[in-house]
Amino acid sequence: MERIISFVEAIREATYQEMARDPTVIVFGLDVDDPKAIQGTTRGLVEKYGRERVFCTPLSEDAMTGVAIGMALAGLRPIHIHIRMDFLMLAMNQLVNIAAKSHYMYGGQVHVPIVVRSMIGKSWGQGAQHSQALYSFFMHVPGLKVVAPTTPHDAKGCLIHAIRDDNPVMYVEHRLLHFQKGPVPEQLYTVPPAKARVTVKGDDVTLVGISYMQVECLRAQRYLEDVGIHAEVIDPIWLSPLDIETIVASVRKTGALCVVDNGWTTCGASAEIIARVTECLQRVRDVRVRRMGFAPVTCPPTPTLESLFYPNARTIASAVYDLVKGGSHNWMPVERSDLKEIEFKGPF
Amino acid sequence: MYEKFYRSLYRSRRVEEEVARVYPTDKIKSPVHLSIGQEAVSVGVCEALRPDDVIFCSYRSHAAYLAKGGDLNQMIAEMYGKVTGCAKGKGGSMHLVDVAHGVMGASAVVGTTIAHAVGYAYAVKFQRKDSVVVSFFGDGATDEGVFYEIMNFAALKKLPVIFICENNSYAIHTHQVRRQSNPNIYERARVFGMPAERIEDDVLRIYERVSAAVQALRAGEHGPFFFECMTYRWKEHVGPNDDFHLGYRTREEAEPWFKNDQVKRLAEMIDARQRERIEQEVEAEILAAFDFAEESPFPDGVELFTDVFREAK
Repeated sequence: MERIISFVEAIREATYQEMARDPTVIVFGLDVDDPKAIQGTTRGLVEKYGRERVFCTPLSEDAMTGVAIGMALAGLRPIHIHIRMDFLMLAMNQLVNIAAKSHYMYGGQVHVPIVVRSMIGKSWGQGAQHSQALYSFFMHVPGLKVVAPTTPHDAKGCLIHAIRDDNPVMYVEHRLLHFQKGPVPEQLYTVPPAKARVTVKGDDVTLVGISYMQVECLRAQRYLEDVGIHAEVIDPIWLSPLDIETIVASVRKTGALCVVDNGWTTCGASAEIIARVTECLQRVRDVRVRRMGFAPVTCPPTPTLESLFYPNARTIASAVYDLVKGGSHNWMPVERSDLKEIEFKGPF
Repeated sequence: MYEKFYRSLYRSRRVEEEVARVYPTDKIKSPVHLSIGQEAVSVGVCEALRPDDVIFCSYRSHAAYLAKGGDLNQMIAEMYGKVTGCAKGKGGSMHLVDVAHGVMGASAVVGTTIAHAVGYAYAVKFQRKDSVVVSFFGDGATDEGVFYEIMNFAALKKLPVIFICENNSYAIHTHQVRRQSNPNIYERARVFGMPAERIEDDVLRIYERVSAAVQALRAGEHGPFFFECMTYRWKEHVGPNDDFHLGYRTREEAEPWFKNDQVKRLAEMIDARQRERIEQEVEAEILAAFDFAEESPFPDGVELFTDVFREAK
């Protein structure tokens, strides 16, 4: 029988098992050993592996990212955890100027195997600086790998790969996905880069959902199915390197592509995916495209505005309906309680 | 001992003089930040180290690279952009590296590598090794926020790292007194609970004090240690020339530093025949290194796309 565990438990298990397998893996970040244990993802690690391998840090994101790089240069495999992706802005110099570039600018003499875990928030008034999904910043820079798993299975497999990868990996988690449950093998396995997953098969339109928007796309697919539109849903999993071939193959079949990002659209992952698909398919097939993502504003905390800020299953279904049928139909599915958005149960 | 010091000082000075001489030919296609005048810090510190100790550097790192044992041929070839360079022509003068000799890299972004040294020191302690880590940075780096973050962490974890602040008074063209409310860099380090002192431009004194710190660390005393080494950059911030004409500093200010030249000082402390032999050997080595760079090929086009990621073994 398949074992069902949560996304949180999958991350914890991957870390726990990799630390047992490889004594060079160490974990640090703000609050990794406090009673809340990063939503539970680091629970039990300090008791098992001790304070030298699992430790909380000063509030010094810039320096501690440099420390991670220095550790990696000395043969360790650090996992640096940030409870908010927004906080990574304090570490950009080390990530972009050093972690990404060391292997190249030192002619291959060194490598920097670090994992940087960070979390995107949503709901319950996360607001301007607890909600940002900034992975496209990192996709822009050669030398960084970026992954945003959406299922417990991939959370474990991607983290194990990230730890073993000899390059810096930005491992991006969405707080709402932490509540997801699903089948996860107990043994160690990896979900390697550059392999997207087709999560639902369909012929009418390709729907790519990134990070938490994968969940909303799966719901949108159900709404669309009700009106006879069969969407193929794809989870890219790894954003860099990106498996564009799987998406191109799907769009070659469907002729329509909607990319729903859990971030802003301008210069974002959705823009990148659509640009690459249209480059590949120009003169091969006419393709209709649509980007969806955050409204181009700062995230507001008040629920009435926040609900307009994010795409959701119904707005996605509505946009895809127009994309498939052509024109503007103002169709919006009636909300189904069985597909209702998972609510974050705050406050915290 | 003095012969060894003199060889290292003379070698560093002469390598950079040759770099400066060749620079106008445009064969070196890389901005050079010469260490000329500051060699005593690199030599005094690195003479106190073992081969398995490591250093992290700033962009003004030619002297430290050489003093730690970095390969001269690969250094010159790197500046020429040749595939035989220490980074295959992908790093340039500001990113010299020689892992085999403990030169762990240098950054063009001020202050950046201090944190790497401290992370490395964490690993050294974790691995129960008795090697030490040295972080070289300038007074400009102490303007940066990361400096204070990392002083705190290094002291908190009592790491085997020696901080060497090469205070040459200038960040590009701006004097320390125009940037810092109090020019008390070593006193600021003391606030974090680490031994810290200021050393004047004296290669033997630097060697002596840093050796004592290294021995203490090897004997199991905890770190970090901090030294503010007073020094002076003779040439322009970047490039091979003098820059007294710019007006941000005067030749009069520089005169005492010229008079205190540690290369000359050590030259006078050793036997004349020994000195001649050292100089001949170094000159031959430098000549060979520039020939090596001249004759080496540029990287093939395919090199553009290698080393972005390290592939799994």
